[in-house]
Amino acid sequence: MSGWIGKLLRVNLSNGNIKEEPLNLNDAKLYLGARGLGTKIFMNEVDPKVEPLSPENKLIFLTGPLTGTLASSAGRYEVVTKAPLTGTIGASNSGGHFGPELKFAGYDGIIFEGKAERPVYLYVNNGEAELRSAEHLWGKTVFETTDELVNETNASARVACIGPAGEKGVLYATIMNDKHRAAGRSGLGAVMGSKNLKAVVVKGTGSVDVAKPKEFMAACLDARAKLKANPVTGAGLPTYGTQILVNILNQSGALPTRNWRDGGIFENAEDTSGEALSEKYLVKAKGCFACSIGCGRVTRIPDGKFKGMGEGPEYEAGWSFGADCGVRDLAAVCKANFICNEYGLDPITLGSTIACAMELYEKGIVNKEELGRDLQFGDADAVVEFTKLTAVRKGFGDKLANGSYRLAEEYGHSELSMSVKKQEMPAYDARGVQGMGLEYATSNRGGCHVRGYMTSPEILGLPQKLDPLVTDEKAQWLKIFQDLTAVVDSAGICLFTTFALGLPEIAEMIRTAVGVNYTDEEVLRIGERIWNLEKIFNLKAGFTKADDSLPPRLLNEPLPEGPGKGLVVKLDEMLTEYYKIRGWKEDGEPTEEKLSELAIV
Amino acid sequence: MGMGKVLIVSPEKCTGCRTCEMACSFSKTNSFNPQKAAVTVFQYDEAAISVPVMCMQCEEPACMKVCTVGAIYKDENGTVLVDKKKCIGCKLCISACPFGNMSFNADEKTMVKCDLCGGSPKCAELCTSGTIQFKEATPTELNKKRLVADKFMELFQEVNK
Repeated sequence: MSGWIGKLLRVNLSNGNIKEEPLNLNDAKLYLGARGLGTKIFMNEVDPKVEPLSPENKLIFLTGPLTGTLASSAGRYEVVTKAPLTGTIGASNSGGHFGPELKFAGYDGIIFEGKAERPVYLYVNNGEAELRSAEHLWGKTVFETTDELVNETNASARVACIGPAGEKGVLYATIMNDKHRAAGRSGLGAVMGSKNLKAVVVKGTGSVDVAKPKEFMAACLDARAKLKANPVTGAGLPTYGTQILVNILNQSGALPTRNWRDGGIFENAEDTSGEALSEKYLVKAKGCFACSIGCGRVTRIPDGKFKGMGEGPEYEAGWSFGADCGVRDLAAVCKANFICNEYGLDPITLGSTIACAMELYEKGIVNKEELGRDLQFGDADAVVEFTKLTAVRKGFGDKLANGSYRLAEEYGHSELSMSVKKQEMPAYDARGVQGMGLEYATSNRGGCHVRGYMTSPEILGLPQKLDPLVTDEKAQWLKIFQDLTAVVDSAGICLFTTFALGLPEIAEMIRTAVGVNYTDEEVLRIGERIWNLEKIFNLKAGFTKADDSLPPRLLNEPLPEGPGKGLVVKLDEMLTEYYKIRGWKEDGEPTEEKLSELAIV
Repeated sequence: MGMGKVLIVSPEKCTGCRTCEMACSFSKTNSFNPQKAAVTVFQYDEAAISVPVMCMQCEEPACMKVCTVGAIYKDENGTVLVDKKKCIGCKLCISACPFGNMSFNADEKTMVKCDLCGGSPKCAELCTSGTIQFKEATPTELNKKRLVADKFMELFQEVNK
């Protein structure tokens, strides 16, 4: 088989049964792999109304056909399940080296079912798999767990695991692999914890083959040349990492400040920028498997109370602890991010939840006694302290561990949660980037920036510049971006490649790898199919048009300054157009014709 | 042919992406498999360094010395090569190489060793960070290559203790 390995592992944690099964090649051709095929398998087997943290929920780790090859940045795997933070389909992908190693070990993916009685981990070694006790690892951090598992299995094994946050059911716990890489959003780590599954360890010596080696290599070389020549993927990201966006978004007046209350300009943005990070704390750049970009940051705070070493922060994590909390101390921002990686929780949701608590506190809705301390905007110490407390659900951290929506709702002020479908929106103020507003509202996993990335045309001007302040053409651009992103995620490559690569380059890598003669349009159609399938899941789970919305602040409170001064998100006009372009009914449900056109059954 | 050119590695630039491993295995076997690559990236998390390691094309190759059937030889450019017809797969050269730069492809029953891709090494060609370069080496660079080699010798001895 080419691209795909052709085999899946099914692991029943309740009774310990492990069996091998063939990959359904028909479905693989229709949904590619990773996010798309994972969702298809999940929907075949699980009721969309399932309780996310119950044994009836399943957890699928799945690679794409390009994972483990020389395709650009092809190190990714996806985790698919029903997400506890949102109740939507949950799908988060991650880079590093775990995904490729899973394929070298002989499998495209693993389906976990049920719940283990005691903590376990799965060890997959070259076509053999066994469940082993993880009692000695329960309670340990991601780094400790990874080191111990490498020691007790194989020195070059790769580990995906949860930290204490996943064990304790933090609703936005992550699954971490290679220590610092995260399947980060929507709380998939809490699902893993609810199953008593501490880790998955993989090691293999097998190969990934492609259908047309010569043509595939030509496509990869072409893609790599374009990635190198592009200013974002060839210079900006390798030099400064994703934090390069801090100053860019601030200059665009779209860096949400203090729980989005104070508009899109943070007066201390420069202090938390990628430039500052490089100058003060960068040790070196790091790349995921086969990546020619290398945006990862190894960083070290050499001394002081926030001393530590780790990776990141990424732009959105740096924003959540920085501008969103009004914090200018970059060392504190890094420290909070390190803790998130070690304990396994999503820094975007955590920082945003702390920012929400800060506003609740400043408004007098939450008091000092409950918090155990002051919590003004700008308090760097408080951000680090609450990060630690939330990771283990201690003190007020127990409430923060449920995310901003449930926190604000508990105090009768859900309007202060800057979330969509209960998941926090990251780092791009949609009042100043209108297309991002439509993206947040319609994302199938709630508030999220990587289900279309309209920032690319609206702010960075790639592949062409769109005016971020107007709504014209945003719906049609977003549809294409959403569909293409679904393709990229499902193929197993990194979304960042799309700064430099378009559909023709991506489609060529896919067809020469798997040996199916898709046209470019058919490849994009795969993305549309995936998007519609996810939408159907959410509708069956109980979501309606009313959930395709934004926090009232973005719809009613105009930006106070900057290029977008006076603007709110004009969602209604974009949403109506968007549903029409999608071929959906006015209430946002796909029509029968659309589903049959996409061969969704 | 790369007369006098050598592979120069600058570990401080390496992002640890292992593109070199993929490029190598693909050019040798038409498939993607780090086990079949003649280059391996060693990653030291705590020290935050990654080092691609491949055959040093030694002046006095230990692999060549131990090869009882004379399958390992040097060509006119000083590249150390394995004659697949003569090789009997005894794997003595694997133990002999002080850097661990010899391995065995069990599927094809052949030794895996860097042959500089006949003069245009794919690892250097695809390395975007500039860590692996194939060029005419200045005395300073050659000295640096030797230092890296020494460092590795130490590391491996440490590991094998």
